[in-house]
Amino acid sequence: MNLTLRVWRQKNAHARGRFVTYEARNVSPDMSFLEMLDVVNEELIGREQEPIAFEHDCREGICGACGFMINGIAHGPKRGTTVCQLHLRTFRDGDHLTLEPWRAKAFPVIKDLVVDRGAFDRIIQAGGFISAPAGAAPDANAILVPKEDVELAFDAAACIGCGACVAACPNASAMLFTAAKVSHLGLLPQGQPERNDRVRNMVAAMDREMFGGCTNMGECQAVCPKEITIAFIARLNHDLLAASFKGRKPPRTAASP
Amino acid sequence: METRVGLPAEDPAASRLDAEIPPGPIERKWERHRFDMKLVSPANRRRYTILVVGSGLAGAAAAASLGEMGYNVKCFSYHDSARRAHSIAAQGGINAAKNYRNDGDSVFRLFYDTVKGGDFRSREGNVYRLAELSLNIIDQCVAQGVPFAREYGGLLDNRSFGGAQVSRTFYARGQTGQQLLLGAYQALQRQVGLGSVTLFIRTEMLDLVVIDGRARGIVTRNLATGAIESHVGDAVVLATGGYSNVFYLSTNAKASNATAIWRAHKRGAFFANPCFTQIHPTCIPVSGEYQSKLTLMSESLRNDGRVWVPKKIGDGRPPDQIPESERDYYLERKYPSYGNLAPRDIASHAAKDVCDEKRGVGPGGRGVYLDFADAIRRLGESVIREKYGNLFDMYERITGENAYRVPMRIYPAPHYTMGGLWVDYNLMATIPGLFVAGEANFSDHGANRLGASALMQGLADGYFILPATVGDYLARTPPGGVDTGHPAVEAAEAEVATRVAQLLGIRGMRTVDSFHRELGQIMWDHCGMARNEGGLRYALGKIPELRQEFRENVRVLERNEELNQSLEKAGRVVDFLELAELMCIDALHRAESCGGHFREEHQTPDGEALRDDERFAYVSAWEYTGTLARPTLHKEPLAFEYVHLAQRSYR
Ligand SMILES: Cc1cc2nc3c(=O)[nH]c(=O)nc-3n(C[C@H](O)[C@H](O)[C@H](O)COP(=O)(O)OP(=O)(O)OC[C@H]3O[C@@H](n4cnc5c(N)ncnc54)[C@H](O)[C@@H]3O)c2cc1C
Ligand code: FES
Repeated sequence: MNLTLRVWRQKNAHARGRFVTYEARNVSPDMSFLEMLDVVNEELIGREQEPIAFEHDCREGICGACGFMINGIAHGPKRGTTVCQLHLRTFRDGDHLTLEPWRAKAFPVIKDLVVDRGAFDRIIQAGGFISAPAGAAPDANAILVPKEDVELAFDAAACIGCGACVAACPNASAMLFTAAKVSHLGLLPQGQPERNDRVRNMVAAMDREMFGGCTNMGECQAVCPKEITIAFIARLNHDLLAASFKGRKPPRTAASP
Repeated sequence: METRVGLPAEDPAASRLDAEIPPGPIERKWERHRFDMKLVSPANRRRYTILVVGSGLAGAAAAASLGEMGYNVKCFSYHDSARRAHSIAAQGGINAAKNYRNDGDSVFRLFYDTVKGGDFRSREGNVYRLAELSLNIIDQCVAQGVPFAREYGGLLDNRSFGGAQVSRTFYARGQTGQQLLLGAYQALQRQVGLGSVTLFIRTEMLDLVVIDGRARGIVTRNLATGAIESHVGDAVVLATGGYSNVFYLSTNAKASNATAIWRAHKRGAFFANPCFTQIHPTCIPVSGEYQSKLTLMSESLRNDGRVWVPKKIGDGRPPDQIPESERDYYLERKYPSYGNLAPRDIASHAAKDVCDEKRGVGPGGRGVYLDFADAIRRLGESVIREKYGNLFDMYERITGENAYRVPMRIYPAPHYTMGGLWVDYNLMATIPGLFVAGEANFSDHGANRLGASALMQGLADGYFILPATVGDYLARTPPGGVDTGHPAVEAAEAEVATRVAQLLGIRGMRTVDSFHRELGQIMWDHCGMARNEGGLRYALGKIPELRQEFRENVRVLERNEELNQSLEKAGRVVDFLELAELMCIDALHRAESCGGHFREEHQTPDGEALRDDERFAYVSAWEYTGTLARPTLHKEPLAFEYVHLAQRSYR
C-alpha cells in the first residue's frame, strides 16, 4: 500500500517548524506504524536528508516513549493502542496522514515529533509515591487487600506516562495522568498515611508545570492507550476535597478515635 | 586488518579468579558477610558521591536505596524518563520462595531450581543469597504499592513458571515489570524530590574513567544538546541492562545496548560468559523484511497453553482441521514431568528441532502452535481473558489474529543475556569501585535463566546487596580527591569527542541499521540457538570485515549539537560489532553444550545439551588486551557443594 505523510519538521527547540510531505510507497499492511517510519527514514538517509525524529523504545505499548498525533488524534485512530502497536492494516491504501508532536505548553518540542515530558516526572516527585525505604517492610501477606480494590488500583496504575491525555485535552490538562497515580496509591491500604498530602502536593505541582485546568471534556480517556477512565478524576477531586477539610497531617493523640 | 583464530579450549596462561565467596555454611554466608562488612556512619555518607548508570529495576532500586541512606547519588539514563527503562516491558512475574501455596517451596528449593536451571554454570553462594532475598523483595514491593494479583480472600496469588514444579511466581496481570519498575521509579523520584538523588535523563554514558586503578567517573553525552561532559565520584554502579540487541532482532527495547559495559570492559573490567544468551521460546514469529523487533508472549502462557506441531511433514492444513491424533505435543511427549513448562533453553531447542524437520507452521515454516483451546474449554474464556487478556490483545494487534479462536503461532527469539561483566560476591567488577547490577552483570543465572528470576535478581542487587557492599567499599576509601579537571578525565572526554566526530565524518553510503541487521543475521545464524565450530570460525572472519566496512562506509548525517538518533545508534552499533566477536570467541572456546549454549558437536544421543564438567566447570572471564581478537581468558572455577552435579533432566 501507499501513504502520503505530512510531517512536522522542527530542527530543535528554538527553530521554527513546518510541515513537509513524504510518500511511503509499497509498505506492507502488516507493518507497524513505526516500522513504516523506519522505512521512510532509511530512504531519507539514502537521499542524504535528515531522518524524522520520533521517540520510541519498547514498541510493545508499555514504555510510554512513543506518541504523536495522526490526523489530530493522539496515537492515531485505533482505540486503546499506542502508535507503536498501530499497524498499517488500520489504514487504507492512498490515505493522507498528518503527523504532529504533542502540543502543550508543558511539553516543549525538542525536535520534529519529540517533546519534553519532564513535567510528568516532577508531578510524581511531588508526591506520587509511598514512602517505604528498603528493609522496613512487613510480610507481604500481613495486610489483606480485597481483590476488587487491587484490580481497580491496577486499572489506574496501568498508566504508561505517554502524555496522550494532555495532547488530546483542549486545555492541555494533566488531570488524567495525576488522577491515575493518586487513585492507584489511594486505593491501597499502604497508600493511606500519605493520602492527603499526596493529592494536595501533586495537584499543586501540576499547576506549577503550566498544565491547564480540567473541565471534564473527556477527550483524555478517549485517546488513553490504556483506557484509563475519567472516573479516576472524580476520585481525585473527592480526595482533594477531603484533604482540604483535614488540614495538613493532623497530630494524633491517644484520645483521638 | 586484524586476523583472528579462535582460542584453544585449554589456555595454559589462564589465571584463576576468586569471587571471594564468604566461608561457612551456605545458609549463613550472607548473614555472616553482612556482619563482617564495614559501615559508613550516617553523618559521613553525604561526603561520598555514587554514580549510578541506569534507572531500570536494578539502577532505580540502587539509586533510591543509596539516596535514602544519605549518600550523594547521581543517576543517569538515556531515556527521557527513568520510568521507560526496558524493565518496564517484563510481563510474566517475579519469583519468591514464600511458600504461600504450601506446595513444598523453600529458599533451598528456589536455590536448587536456579542452579539446576542454569545448567550448573552459576555460583552456589550467589544463587543462595538471591533465593533468600526473594522473600524481602516481595515484602518491599507490596509496601510500595505494587498491585500484585490477589485472591478473593485478599491474599497474594501465584502462578507457575518454567523449570519449577511449585507455584512461586508473583505477578501483576501481564505487566509485572511495569508495576515493579513504577515502584522503584516512584521511590527514586521521591529521593529526587528530597534532594539526595540528582537525575540526568537523556544522558548516555560513553566511557568509564579509571584513576589509580579505581573507577572514579564517567563521560556522558547529552542526547538533546550533544554536550559531552564528565562526572566524578567515589564509586560507579552500572545497571545498564543486557545486550540481546547484538542480534538486531530481539525482544529487547530498541535502544537497549552494550555500550556502558563494553566501554568498561575496554577500560579493564573482565567480561564473563559473553556467549551465554537466552533464546526465549515464545515470541511472535518474524513477519517480514522490515521487522524492527520481536515481541515476547510471556512464558506464563505455558501454564495454560499447549505447544504442538503437526506430526506430518509439510502439513499445510489450518490448525482446526488437524485432528488430535495427527498433532505432536512434543514438549509433553519428550518431557512428561514438566511438559509445557520445560525450561526455556530446552523448549526453544525443541521448537527449532521440529521446524528443522519441516513440521513448523505459518509463513516460512518457522513457528509452532501455542494452543489455548483445552484451557478455554476447561476454565472458560473469561478466566483466560482475566489471566492473559493483555497478551491476547497484543497478539491480535500485531498479527491480526484472535488467539481465543485460533492457536497462537510462536517461535524462539533472543531475549536475555546471562553473560555480562564479571563481578565478585560483592557485585564488584575487576576494577575496584566499579559495581555492576541487574542484567548487566553475569552473576546468578549460569548458562540459562529461569523465568521470573531476572526481576528478582535486579531488585535483590538494587535494594539489598549494593546498599551493603558499596558501603563496605566506601568505608575503606577516603571520599573525594578527584575533580573533572583531572588529566585522566580530560583524556577520556577527548576520546569520546573524537569518536563522535569520527562517526560524523565518515559520510559513507550505508545506514547504521543496515549494518546492525547484517551483524544480527551473522550472530543469529552462527552464534544463536545452535553453534558449531565451522560456523563460529566463519562468523569470526565476517565480523571484523563488517566492522571495517562500517568504519569506511557508514552514513551518519547532521551534527552532534542536537538530537541525532542516527548518531546514537551508530555509537551503539560500533560496540556491538566488537562485542559480537568476543561472544563468538567465547562460544568457540567452550567446547561443551550447557543451557542456552548449544554446541552441535556436543549432544547426548537424544539431542540434549552435553556438558563437560571436567573441562568447563568454570566461568570464563575475558580481559581486553588491546587487540579484539586476542583477549586473555581467566577462569573462575565453580564448586558444587550443595547441588549435585548431574545431567539436567526434565523428563
Ligand atoms: C519482553 C521482556 C519480558 C520480560 N519478562 C520478564 C519476566 O516476566 N520476569 C523476569 O524476571 N524477567 C523478565 N524479563 C527480563 C527482565 O525484564 C530484564 O532482565 C530486567 O528488567 C533488566 O533490568 P535492568 O535493571 O538490569 O536493566 P534495564 O531495565 O534494561 O535498564 C537499563 C537502564 O540503563 C540505562 N542505560 C543503559 N545504557 C546506558 C548508558 N550507556 N548510559 C546511560 N544509561 C544507560 C537505560 O536508560 C535504563 O535506564 C523480560 C525481558 C523482556 C525483554
Ligand atoms: S514504544 Fe514503548 S509504548 Fe510505544
